[in-house]
Amino acid sequence: MRESKRVSTPFWRDNRILPILFQIGFAILVVLFFGYLINNAITGLNRLGINFGFQFLRRTASFNISESLIDYQPTDTYARAMLVGVLNTLRIAVIGILLTTVLGVSVGIARLSNNWLVRKLSGLYIEVFRNTPLLVQIFIWYFAVILPLPQVQDSYSMGHFYFNNRGIAIPWFTTNSHTFIWVIVSIIGLISAVIIWKYQLNKQIKIGTRRFPAFWAIATLIISFSLAWVVTQSGPVHISQPELGNFNFSGGLRLSAEFLAILAGLVIYTATYIAEIVRAGIQSVNKGQTEAAQAIGLKSSTMMRLVILPQAVRIIIPPVTSQYLNLTKNSSLAIAVGYQELVSVGNTSLNQSGHAIEIIMIMIVVYLTLSLITSLFMNIFNKKTQLVER
Amino acid sequence: MSVDLKLVEAKQMIAPPSPSFSIWDWMRKNLFNTWYNMLLTLLAGGLLISIGYTTLTWVLTEAQWAVIGDNYKLFMVGQYPITALWRIWSALAILTFMFGISAGTFKGTMLRLSYILSAIYLIHIVAPFTANTSKIWLTAQLVMLVFSYFIGAKIPYSKRINIVGWAISIPIVLLFIHGFGILPAIRTNVWNGLMLTLMLAAVAIILSFPIGILLALGRTSKLPVIKYFCVGYIELIRGIPLITIFFMAQVLLPLFLPTGLTIDNVMRVMLGATFFTAAYMAENVRGGLQSIPNGQYEAAKTIGLNPVQTTTFIILPQALRAIIPTIVGQSISMFKDTSLVAIVGLVDLLGIAQSVKSNPDFLGRHMEVYVFIAFVYWVIAYSMSYSSRRIEKSLGVGER
Repeated sequence: MRESKRVSTPFWRDNRILPILFQIGFAILVVLFFGYLINNAITGLNRLGINFGFQFLRRTASFNISESLIDYQPTDTYARAMLVGVLNTLRIAVIGILLTTVLGVSVGIARLSNNWLVRKLSGLYIEVFRNTPLLVQIFIWYFAVILPLPQVQDSYSMGHFYFNNRGIAIPWFTTNSHTFIWVIVSIIGLISAVIIWKYQLNKQIKIGTRRFPAFWAIATLIISFSLAWVVTQSGPVHISQPELGNFNFSGGLRLSAEFLAILAGLVIYTATYIAEIVRAGIQSVNKGQTEAAQAIGLKSSTMMRLVILPQAVRIIIPPVTSQYLNLTKNSSLAIAVGYQELVSVGNTSLNQSGHAIEIIMIMIVVYLTLSLITSLFMNIFNKKTQLVER
Repeated sequence: MSVDLKLVEAKQMIAPPSPSFSIWDWMRKNLFNTWYNMLLTLLAGGLLISIGYTTLTWVLTEAQWAVIGDNYKLFMVGQYPITALWRIWSALAILTFMFGISAGTFKGTMLRLSYILSAIYLIHIVAPFTANTSKIWLTAQLVMLVFSYFIGAKIPYSKRINIVGWAISIPIVLLFIHGFGILPAIRTNVWNGLMLTLMLAAVAIILSFPIGILLALGRTSKLPVIKYFCVGYIELIRGIPLITIFFMAQVLLPLFLPTGLTIDNVMRVMLGATFFTAAYMAENVRGGLQSIPNGQYEAAKTIGLNPVQTTTFIILPQALRAIIPTIVGQSISMFKDTSLVAIVGLVDLLGIAQSVKSNPDFLGRHMEVYVFIAFVYWVIAYSMSYSSRRIEKSLGVGER
């Protein structure tokens, strides 16, 4: 007697077929749903007499953009207007990320200070600015702080810093003919300083006598700078002071009220998150590490630099990346105060041309690209600091 | 007896020297222990005093708070008709009742929150700008809160009653405000102020939760079509700013709907906020799912549960419990983000602030208006983050 007849499983109970059927059904549903929506859109657009397509980008934009990193006239195309918008987004994002990192890390470390007052003050800052909406903060900076400042002619001044309701004007540098030489000499000096520092440090570790690596590095830098001075007979840059003209300041660096408001809002808001991340990161380093470092006799600054921070950075990087992305995305709130970045320019073009779908698609693509680039950079950085495991 | 005496003696002998705690000692230890700490203390103290002094003089002498008192009703409920205000009060009473029941059942964090709520009611009862009818309503709310607290503390099975009660009361509240049956419908364009802010946040958070769970399960699923659909959705939404989603809801959604079908302005924004939060919620839930050790899946399989049963009875309850603090954090950020609807033309708390300060009677009162609404946002967001920290402690998350 062999085994009884094999019973074949019916296909509706077959674990190999069911998931496939389920997925096909799901895919069909999704396609049908989107097909329906797109069909509606096409009929709607036809009725309005708008053709889907990106040709409109070559038409004249004919609206003004007050701040631009590249040349832009109202007679330029929509494509160029969008490019100006993208560049303005990048400008706010890059400056914002730099400043927010500095502020956030300082506050995060201050939060762990052994000075009671500093600890409480930074805690107060975090609780106040973290729990109010960013948009309200931006409005406060713009409408309640910057706009009530005096007119250009009666600007507040602190030395050569001028504050008025159009923004601020501060001294800035302009490049001169020798800047290039200065840059090259400083780069060479910096690289050789690092090499000498590492060399002396290695020597010190091998031989065990003091070789003063920091002293050597600084000496190298000073020598290279004096060399540059001797060769060029001038400083690296000219300082340009803002001067009051008839209608506005000229010279120096002028930042518009809109830019300042959105920058202040973004930096002060995002820094609270960075501060909390830095604090949590430092606190999460095992207490045994601190004790071990103390046991081998490291002083507290060395311990922080060589033992605690390298381990904390690993925990800090991923959430900080997402805060950088948040800052970039939140820069779109600039539309509320009229700083013309991507969303603001896109919204104006959308109202003028009626090509809503295309413009929102462009916005999505740009933001996704920015997110991708930021995560890529942070991932590379993350890989470098990650613990190497088996 | 003698043993006891000996113990007492021993205790007296080894008793530590009573700490001579004086303010000077404390200050020397915490503020002036090194020269740079001394410098830091002086700097921070100077900063604190100057900020505090400026703020206080402004709040007490320079600011003209009449703009807040005169427009208080606008800030709270906007242009909602005065004759129908009783509907909002009754809706609030239902919520207060449920709040009290929950406070009585769960005690702990909910009880602390109900203290905050009653403090808010009390402040409004004694505040000079509150209308007399409002004072009566508020007193009724306060009585209701205390009353329902005792009910919640007494009745058995109240945990189940809580869940069912909240689930029933939220649609009832919405119906009350919107109007149904004999209550005439009130158009959503007069749903303004803090009421709209709270409604947007509540709807987005509650509705995004189930969608987020589905998306997270989809993302962790082994079926490729479902997995990549969910991954695509989540990453797409997380990559773009909320304001573009609101623009899509306002500008694109009507284009994609069949002719004749229109969705109300407020509903469209609610939809946008829900689908936006769902992507973030999904990532939170995924974090919870990943924290469940594999042994749980294997054990469930061993006792013969199928995948659906494993997920609903074994995995999800543990995963969701672990991420309660994260969900509260997500809710706080959604609550703050509702202010963005002011950009797309809805009149929430921020939107009403914009229109109040453009009233010619109150020109130039920017700071007062914004500081007031920032304070309102702050009180609510801070209460939520406070409760999140308490829950985190009681769950023991982060103390490994």
